[in-house]
Parts: sequence; C-alpha cells; structure tokens
Amino acid sequence: MEEIAFLVPTSYYIILSGVLFAIGVAGVLLRRNAILLLMSVELMLNSANLAFAAFSRTFLDVGGQVFVFFVITVAAAEVAVGLALIVTIFHTKRSIDIDELHAMEG
Amino acid sequence: MNGLFSIAPLIIAAPFAGMLVNIAFGRRLMPNKDSIGPGLVASSMAGVSFLVALLMFVALLGSPQGADVPVLTWIDIQGGDISLNIPWTLKVDTLSSVMMLVVSGVGTVIHVYAIGYMHGDIDEKAYLRGLHGEEALDFKRRRYVKFFTFFNLFLGSMLILVTGNNYLMMFVGWELVGLCSYLLIGFWFDSPEANESGKIVGVLNSEAGKKAFIVNRVGDFGMLLALMLIFWTFGTLKFDDVFARAAAAAPTTPIPLGPFTPALGAVVTVITLLLLLGATGKSAQIPLFVWLPDAMAGPTPVSALIHAATMVTAGVYMIARSNVLYAMAPVSGMTVAVIGGLTAFVSGTIAVAQFDIKRVLAYSTISQLGFMFAAVGLGGYIAGIFHLATHAFFKALLFLSAGSVMHGMEHGHHAMAEGENGGGGGDEGHPFDPQDMRQMGGLHKHMKTTTWVYIVGALALSGIPPLAGFWSKDEILLEASLNSTLVYVLLGAATFFTALYMGRQIFMVFFGSERSEAARHAHESPPLMTTPLIVLAVLAIIGGLMNLPFGGFNQLGHWLERSVVNAHTGSFNIDVSITSTVLGLLAIGISYLLYGRKPLEEGQRDPLSTTGPVFTFLNHKWYWDELYDALFVRPFNRLSEFLANTIDWAFWHDFVHDGIIAQFVEGSSRSLRRVQTGYVRNYALAVLLGVVAILVYLVVRFLV
Repeated sequence: MEEIAFLVPTSYYIILSGVLFAIGVAGVLLRRNAILLLMSVELMLNSANLAFAAFSRTFLDVGGQVFVFFVITVAAAEVAVGLALIVTIFHTKRSIDIDELHAMEG
Repeated sequence: MNGLFSIAPLIIAAPFAGMLVNIAFGRRLMPNKDSIGPGLVASSMAGVSFLVALLMFVALLGSPQGADVPVLTWIDIQGGDISLNIPWTLKVDTLSSVMMLVVSGVGTVIHVYAIGYMHGDIDEKAYLRGLHGEEALDFKRRRYVKFFTFFNLFLGSMLILVTGNNYLMMFVGWELVGLCSYLLIGFWFDSPEANESGKIVGVLNSEAGKKAFIVNRVGDFGMLLALMLIFWTFGTLKFDDVFARAAAAAPTTPIPLGPFTPALGAVVTVITLLLLLGATGKSAQIPLFVWLPDAMAGPTPVSALIHAATMVTAGVYMIARSNVLYAMAPVSGMTVAVIGGLTAFVSGTIAVAQFDIKRVLAYSTISQLGFMFAAVGLGGYIAGIFHLATHAFFKALLFLSAGSVMHGMEHGHHAMAEGENGGGGGDEGHPFDPQDMRQMGGLHKHMKTTTWVYIVGALALSGIPPLAGFWSKDEILLEASLNSTLVYVLLGAATFFTALYMGRQIFMVFFGSERSEAARHAHESPPLMTTPLIVLAVLAIIGGLMNLPFGGFNQLGHWLERSVVNAHTGSFNIDVSITSTVLGLLAIGISYLLYGRKPLEEGQRDPLSTTGPVFTFLNHKWYWDELYDALFVRPFNRLSEFLANTIDWAFWHDFVHDGIIAQFVEGSSRSLRRVQTGYVRNYALAVLLGVVAILVYLVVRFLV
C-alpha cells in the first residue's frame, strides 16, 4: 500500500480522537446528569468514528467508512432507548440525577 | 434331537401370554359380578403349560438324554482370554421335566381352585369394606384380574427357573419368583380389617411381603456371590460346562483367584456354602425361614402354590442340580443335611403350638423342606426330589382344603350376621377369625368333601402307608439312617411332631363340637373348589407309585439318574419303615387322646398348654422373631438412627454446613457486598480500569 502525503497528518486525527474519547469517559464517570451522560457516550462513539474515518483515508480502505455508518445507526438506536429510559426515570424519580439511582446497592 | 423338544419355549410363553391378555383385556372379561373370564384365561394357559410339560415327558421317553433348546442370546461378551456368553436356552432333561410337571401340574389345579376361591375372598373383602353395587364390582374387577396376572407371571417365572441351562437364567427365575411372592403376599396390602380383627397373628400383609422380600435378599446375596465365584473359577455359568470342568480337575488343583491360589476343593466348598445361603432364603430354612409363616398373609392359593408346592422347593432343585459340586464338597453336603434336620425338627415343634390353621401348615412346610434338604445334603437326590413331588401334592391339597375351610367359615359368619340383624348376641369379645382353629370344630358335619380330602392329606403328610408321603419320607429317613445318626434322630423326632400337629389340627378343626357361631353355619365350598381338592387327594394317595423302593418300581430313580450324576436309587429297610410308621401312629394316638377323645369346648384352653413354659416357648416360635429383632432389626434401626441423627444431621448439617461452610459464605459476602455500591459510575470506572489494565498488558507485551 503506497503512502500518500496529506495536508493534515493522520496522527493528528488519532490524537484528537483520543482526546475526545477521554473527555467522553471523564463525562460518563464524573457527570451526574443523565442527559449529559448520554451525550458523553455519544462523544466516545464519535471519537471512534473519527478514528475510523482517519484510518479509512490513510489506507484508502472504504471499510472504515462502512463501520462509521454502522456506528451512527447503532448510536441513533441507543439514543432512542437511552432517552426513553431517562424519561421514565424522570417520571418515577422527578429527577434525572443518576446518583439517586442506587437501588442495587448491596 | 427329538423334534418335539423344539416346542419347549411354549411352556414359558403360555403363562406370559395369559398374563398379557389379562393385563390388556382382563377387566373387559368381567362384565358382571359372577364372571370368571380372567380366571379361565389364566387357568387354560397354565393348562397349556402342563400339556407342553407332558409332551416334554413323552419326548424324553424317546430320547432320555434330553436337549438344550435355544430361545435367544442374552449376553455375549467376547473378551481376551475369557468370554461371557449367556444364552437363554431351555434345558429339558429328566430333572427339569420332573420340576416342569410338578410346577405346571399342581399349578394348573391351583389356578382352577383359585377361580372359585378368589371370588369368595374378594367378595368377603368388599363386604368388610362396605362396598356395594357398582363399587364392589369395580373393586372385584381390579383385584380379580390383578390376582391372575400375578399368578400367571409366577408360573412363567418358576418355569424359567427350572428350565434355565445356566446359573444366571436360574437366578433370573429365582428373582422373578421372589418378586411374585412379594406381590402376592402383599395382595391385600391395603387390608385394614386384617389389622382390626387381629386376623394376622404376626404382621400386616404389606409388612409380611416386605419381610419376605428383605429376608430373601440376604439369601440372594449369597447366591450372587456364588455365581460370581463360579464364573471366576470355571469361566462359565452353564451347568454342563461347570460340572464337566469341576469333575475333570482334581480337588487339589490350585485355582488362581486374585492374590490367592486355593485348592479347587476349598473353592467348591465356599461356592456350595454360598449357594446354600441362597437356598435357605428361598426355601425357608434355618437361619432364613422366618419369612414363610408371615407369608401366609397372602391369599390361600398363593400359600398353596408359591409357599408350599413350588417356589420354596427351588432351593432343593438348585442343590440337586448342583449335585456334582456338592459331591465334591462333603463339608457343604453335611451342612445342608444338618440345617435340613434342624429346620425339620424346630419348625415341627413350633407347628404343634399354633392356632392359626394356615400357620400350622406353614411350619409344616418348613419342616418338610427340611426333610428335603436333609436328603439332598446326604446325597439322596432322588429321595429329595421324590419328597418334593409328593409334598407338592399333599401340601397343596392341605392348603387348598384349609382355604376351603376358611371359605366355609366366612360363609357361616355371614349367614350368622344376616340372621342376627338387630338381634345381637353371638360371641362378642371374640373377634371373628376364619383361620383360628379354636373357633372351628365339628366341621365334618358341614363340609364332608373337605374333611375327607383333608384327612387324606394329613395322613400322607404324617407318613402313614401306603399314602405318597410314606414312601418319600421313608427314603429320606433311610438315607439319614445310613449316613448320619444326628440327622436321623432329628428327622425321626420331626416325623413324630408332624403326625402330632396334623392329628391335633384334624381333631380341632373337623371333630368335636362347633366352638363358634360361624362354625355352626359353615357349609361346603362350590364344586369349582372341591374338584381340584379331589384331584390332589388322588395324587396324594397314589403319588408314591412313581418311586416304590422295591422290584423294578424305582421309576423316578431311574428317570433322574440320567441327569443327576450322583443319584442312587433308594432301597427299602423294614426297620426304618416300621420306626417311622410307629412314630406317626403313636403321635396320632396322642393327638387323639388330647384332642379327639374329649374335644375342646368353646373357650377352653389348649390341653397342651398345661406344659406351661414349653407351650409358650413353642407358641412364640422359639422366639426366633424376637431373637432376630434383638440381633438385627433393632441394632439396624439404632444404626440408622445414629447415621440419620448424628452423622447426617448433627455432623454434616449442623456442623459442616451450618457451622463451617455457611459461616464462611456469610462472612465473605458481608465484606464483598460493599463492592456493590449501586452507583453506575463505580461500575463504569471498574470497566474502564479493566480495559486500561488489558491495554497496558497488551502494550507492554508488544514493546517487550
């Protein structure tokens, strides 16, 4: 596979992807608002998409882009389910603070 | 081979076919209360068996060496230097043909008798349970069909036992008849009335069945060990091969058995002693005879067929069949003879002090089986088999007649109960028991046929010439007088007691005055029941003809010589005959003095009870049951309780489970539960840390 010179090198995309993923993880672990939690998950998914797209470009392989579409589809479904859960949680708890949800405590 | 032999499998197929027909269509064969369809099916199939047995006899007259008729291959395992091949092959030879004729012949007669008897018996039970109309009919349908199903199954099983050509097939039959015995002893397993009226002197019907089965397990254990040892020693279980190999080798030949190499003689002694243990179980000998008296809880035809005429003689047949092995082991032979003599004596004395008409006969059966054991133990195989055959005739006769007496008593009881409605009176405080001889008396006025056949049976059993029992018992006594004084004395005493208890029974039951209302109203049984009695009575009279000890009349002896290698025909010794006859007549005389001259009155105590503790001792059967209770049953129960309460409950449950394991689980989960916070973020962090750890591992592995 021949290397192609790009204006923006691939490593930049990967670093950006890693940073976005780390922000997403931090968001999931630290935020208490369920909506924000969902958004953080979305951020993690999109960082993965970015990495996929970057590698797809680097290796001139369309497979990476195909995966991106799959991830977007799954993410859409996940958001639908996630928002439905949040609505239900709000109905029962009158709050979407996930720290109030610790009924499974041992 | 004579072509006639090839129909031998029919002898077993017929009863099993009858059983299947009764299982499938039995209830439909009983449209109303008086139909006898199932009984007819079972009896005709038993009759077919008897016909086949007769044909086998005819075939053997033509080719006396007999034949092995293969039915199917059962076990066929090919090993390296040893192979196990057990075909189901019927051995038709002179010995098995005698057994076939006795089993199917007496079996057929008893089947016919049972057609009538079971009708009465089931009606009686239905009456006692207060069943009427459709309920009673349904009850009768179920029980009547069930009885004949089991009865046919027994006949087929017994024929499997006597026709097998190897020890394992014999063992299969051995176990099957044990099963049938258990099923039929407990035929009235749900009999509450038996308990309330105190009818069963010993234990409840279901308990009696279990007792028989469990006691037999002890014997079967020995039997099974003997079979294994035979296979280990001789490499085969087939009768002919085992005996050929045993006879070919010298008794001193070392036999490699695992780490030991005992001499062949010693191994055969052990084998024969283990076989004897099996025989003492099935044939009710000391020490395993305790089940047979309680087995009388079964219906009377069962007592007659299984527990008097056929199944209990299986041990005698087995020893006669294994005569080659017993001839090689004189110690075992002597043990058999002494056990037989002791059993004959002990149970003969017990029979004198019993009041239950069937129990007397049960102990008498044990005693007579003791005679047979003594005979085969001393090498008198022909005498033993001869006595087996004649005993089958007259003991079946006695049991069936006793059944007829009970039948008459029950009818008398009903007649009285119906005549008394609203009247009251009768013998209150005396629970009615149709088997209690103290409530009988004077029955000869009401039951002529039964009385006569009973007297014939009793005289045959007592060994009064020229009835069948005299000839066979004499041969055994002669055998004993030549070989062992101890056994001779024991058997002589047993002969005396035999005549004594039979005389006592005859005078108590049939003569004197009636000692209960039931006896006063008793009447003769229907012809369906009395005809078999007459057939058996004729056999009991002329049965001795098959082996008269003089001239050229030793037919049975010459017949058996062909299959029993060590057989020798008996001779006649006038001293022995006179001794036994005088003993018998003396005992009958004594019984007349005690019970005949001045008959028992209602409520009077038995004249023999003036002997005080002796009578009590005999009446309690030498306290055998109490002894076994103290020796085995109670220690076993205590051991079970110890295992259940101490080992299982206290140690395993309370200490190991609740103590150690539960404590550990509880403690560890108490600390581990803190891990489970319920906060999603903690779980997510754990997942993240896990992923990071795996990544670090992969990176490190990649770099290093």
